[in-house]
Amino acid sequence: MYIGSSFQQQLNFLPLKPTDIRDPEYFHKVVDCQYACPAHTPVPEYIRLIAAGKYTEAYLINWESNVFPGVLGRTCDRPCEPACRRGRVEEEPVAICRLKRVAADFKDDISHILPKGPFPPNGKKIALIGGGPASLTVARDLAPLGYEIHLYDDQPAGGGMMRSQIPAFRLPEEVLNEEVNYILDMGIHTQFTTYVSSMKEILDKKYDAVFVGTGAPKGNDLDKLPGRWDDPDKIHLGIQWLASVAFEHTDKIGKKVIVLGGGNTAMDCCRTARRLGGEDVKVVVRSPFNEMKASPWEIEDAQMEDIPILNNHNPKAFVTTGGKLQGMLFEKVEAVYDASGKRKLIPTGEEVFIAADEVLVAIGQGNAFPWIERDLGLEFNQWELPRLDAKTLQSTRPDVFFGGDAALGPKNVITAVAQGHQAAISIDLFCRGADVHDRPPPMTNLAQQKMGLHEWIYDSAVVPDLRYKVPHADKKLTLQDRKKEVELGFDLEKAYREAERCLNCDVQTVFSEPKCIECDACVDICPTSCISFVTNGEEEDLRTRLVAPANQLDQDLYVSSPLPTKRVMVKDENVCLHCGLCAERCPTAAWDMQKYLYNTAKAAPLWKQEEVV
Amino acid sequence: MTYLRPTFRHPELPKNILGYTRKDYEGAISTLCAGCGHDSISGAIVQACWEMSIEPHKVAKLSGIGCSSKTPTYFLSNAHGFNTVHGRMPSVATGANMANRSLTYLGVSGDGDSASIGMGQFVHAIRRNLNVVYILMNNGCYGLTKGQDSATADVGSKSKSGSENKFATIDLASLAIELGATFVARSFSGDKNQLVPLVKAALAHGGFAFLDVVSPCVTFNNNFGSTKSYSYVREHNHAASNIDFVPPAETISVDYPENTARELELHGGNKIVLHKLPTEWDPLDRISALNRLHQARRTGEIVTGLLFIEPESQDLHATLDTVQEPLNQLGEKDLCPGSKKLEGINASYR
Repeated sequence: MYIGSSFQQQLNFLPLKPTDIRDPEYFHKVVDCQYACPAHTPVPEYIRLIAAGKYTEAYLINWESNVFPGVLGRTCDRPCEPACRRGRVEEEPVAICRLKRVAADFKDDISHILPKGPFPPNGKKIALIGGGPASLTVARDLAPLGYEIHLYDDQPAGGGMMRSQIPAFRLPEEVLNEEVNYILDMGIHTQFTTYVSSMKEILDKKYDAVFVGTGAPKGNDLDKLPGRWDDPDKIHLGIQWLASVAFEHTDKIGKKVIVLGGGNTAMDCCRTARRLGGEDVKVVVRSPFNEMKASPWEIEDAQMEDIPILNNHNPKAFVTTGGKLQGMLFEKVEAVYDASGKRKLIPTGEEVFIAADEVLVAIGQGNAFPWIERDLGLEFNQWELPRLDAKTLQSTRPDVFFGGDAALGPKNVITAVAQGHQAAISIDLFCRGADVHDRPPPMTNLAQQKMGLHEWIYDSAVVPDLRYKVPHADKKLTLQDRKKEVELGFDLEKAYREAERCLNCDVQTVFSEPKCIECDACVDICPTSCISFVTNGEEEDLRTRLVAPANQLDQDLYVSSPLPTKRVMVKDENVCLHCGLCAERCPTAAWDMQKYLYNTAKAAPLWKQEEVV
Repeated sequence: MTYLRPTFRHPELPKNILGYTRKDYEGAISTLCAGCGHDSISGAIVQACWEMSIEPHKVAKLSGIGCSSKTPTYFLSNAHGFNTVHGRMPSVATGANMANRSLTYLGVSGDGDSASIGMGQFVHAIRRNLNVVYILMNNGCYGLTKGQDSATADVGSKSKSGSENKFATIDLASLAIELGATFVARSFSGDKNQLVPLVKAALAHGGFAFLDVVSPCVTFNNNFGSTKSYSYVREHNHAASNIDFVPPAETISVDYPENTARELELHGGNKIVLHKLPTEWDPLDRISALNRLHQARRTGEIVTGLLFIEPESQDLHATLDTVQEPLNQLGEKDLCPGSKKLEGINASYR
């Protein structure tokens, strides 16, 4: 396990030990975007390839790591972007997500590069229940190893919630189909429109392992709210309604629509309603605006489509007359926070009636496993969720594994993919009779970037540009057509400029003590005052004695072993621009810029690494 | 090579009383060799001026010719600058200082610029006690012309090509004390903890402040056998005392052990505290300081720190009884006070 320097310090109460840069996690953590990504996609690596015009290569790096670059480049929750170092020295992070889309949009035909079946069979059979991102990832990782894979899903096509819940104006069907088919074309045995109603039946088919990736299909309801069942045809659960729109069972909605909830599903519901005839669509949320769960950019997109968001409104009743829905009654609340920061919504007593023809309830979703018999050796916890080993994703029945929203609760596509990779490793280990806890290490590589005197392979200059905006299609057109994609994506000129904003955080500053003559050149040149030469001490004390304050405790200090003057070099990784100036100004090459590539282990390498990079 | 420094700075850089961060005291990116000691001295000047909250536009930086004399480009971009002819920085500084005493004067020179071609200028600036900080970036060689021995190279010091210097060294610090300089210090570019307070004290001193900073030439004089290499200076460095600079707004909060500390008042209410003072000599006594330097030369030590100070001294303006106002601010009335005044002056000679 990797232990951050601040934690190490709490254990020791001693001067900091020299940083062990051979620990694969140390430099990984410096690449903040990659570290924050659940699938640990090598972000700076593919952004550099985009800047170099190598879109196919950029796509393949993504495809190997996150399986659905075209989908994620449009819909990812982007945990990488708040982590982006650029956001710490400037206002906004690099548009990582939308650059991923650039790779998908501008790549060449890649079908001849992808692993192609039929693969020599290894005699093992695996069942995947559910056809969403987690199951598809398991399928992709295991098929090349010769597993015979049977995929069951109740929908008519693969993709799971990516198909049923993400509207086509955010994710065009052809993009989804392309990436789902890359996997299904590997020789996966699909059984669509097949609802699995009994785990026992599946287990009786003698699969070597079963993977459950059934998502979080149960939408939360307000079933006890007065009036809920007076006009049930006009009140829909958000995810079910989105699915019925996606599969074209529903193509219109009333003029006045209330959407309850403040998450991304609510945003998709309200924007879809606008396209199906909703003229007066309102989102109504209990919480204050700034605590809404939806991603800020999705809220912004909803607001751009003239959808007001009313916050601090607690639903009191559905109002009907003569069995016909008239609207909803809300009570206004005020958020009050106690000393520990815990929120309480206090009613103000004011009541508001909002007229509506139809209501969409999008207030969260959960897992449900009514189809898993409880006598199969599969244990469930108090919340009726399967008991799992969070790392191996193995259940209490050794041949059954979980992943995606079905495993540890609803998260997002990229988390489902990451869990799919882990489950695939576990399944492969299990089927080979190996210990599932004996995980393969990540692939890492540290490569010199020196090209000549003060010249680097990577583009070290730091551009001052602000974040570029992705252009949108004309609202008049997009609101007419449910399938017309709103975001147009970056063109190549903008993509290049945005890619140049990346600070190349994977090009590491590697320090070599024996070469250092302590001339201070690096300290003087560092634009962001990251480097200090000081006497060692406890971390808390050390952080106050550096050239600039080191207050971001989650950012490690890179500490050298003692130098001839008994001091140590301490580099605060926090706002290092990776500009290479320390290495350029170093007379003895004690500093060097080296590119760190980190790839999480997969069940099987899809191709040899040197073919990609 | 990158000739541009990114414009981003640490978002939490501290601000001084004027609301400026260190960025406001920086200059252009250096074109000196990577690892040059001069760049460290530039860094120390930036740090000292920022810490003292000196307004950058109220500084005049002057230099001669040489690697050292290029450095004013690399600090205080917002200050006034004058890159003079070789060795002539002191006379230009004298002229500027005479014309406008409201600025802070910072002269930068090298061992060739001061100990050879500009020696005559150097000694006269000291003799007049011109109110200027004179920083000598001393690398013992002519770095700009491939490292020939300079006049400050020690006898026997080996150059990069292996030849030994045969001529006696000129120790400008001893010379400055001998000539009556009122502030003489020596430091090492690789020791900012000592260098920054010395620069601050020199800036606060109200007379000629000489700072001889040993600054290794990484390209031509950082080899084995050189007495001005990083490793040699580190091994032979003897700090005379530690110096703390205390601006008027602050009070001395540290308790210094008795008999080993001395508090001195400088111009403008600034104070310095010398602590861990040597017992065998006294930096307030010219003769004792000179003795110590002679002794060090015999034993091969490099004595650093504040070598000599005379806190109360009379600078050139006081000696000549000049006007307070900068000359360019004097109006016709001041410059041509009328025939009555002239008659009075003439009468005084009769």
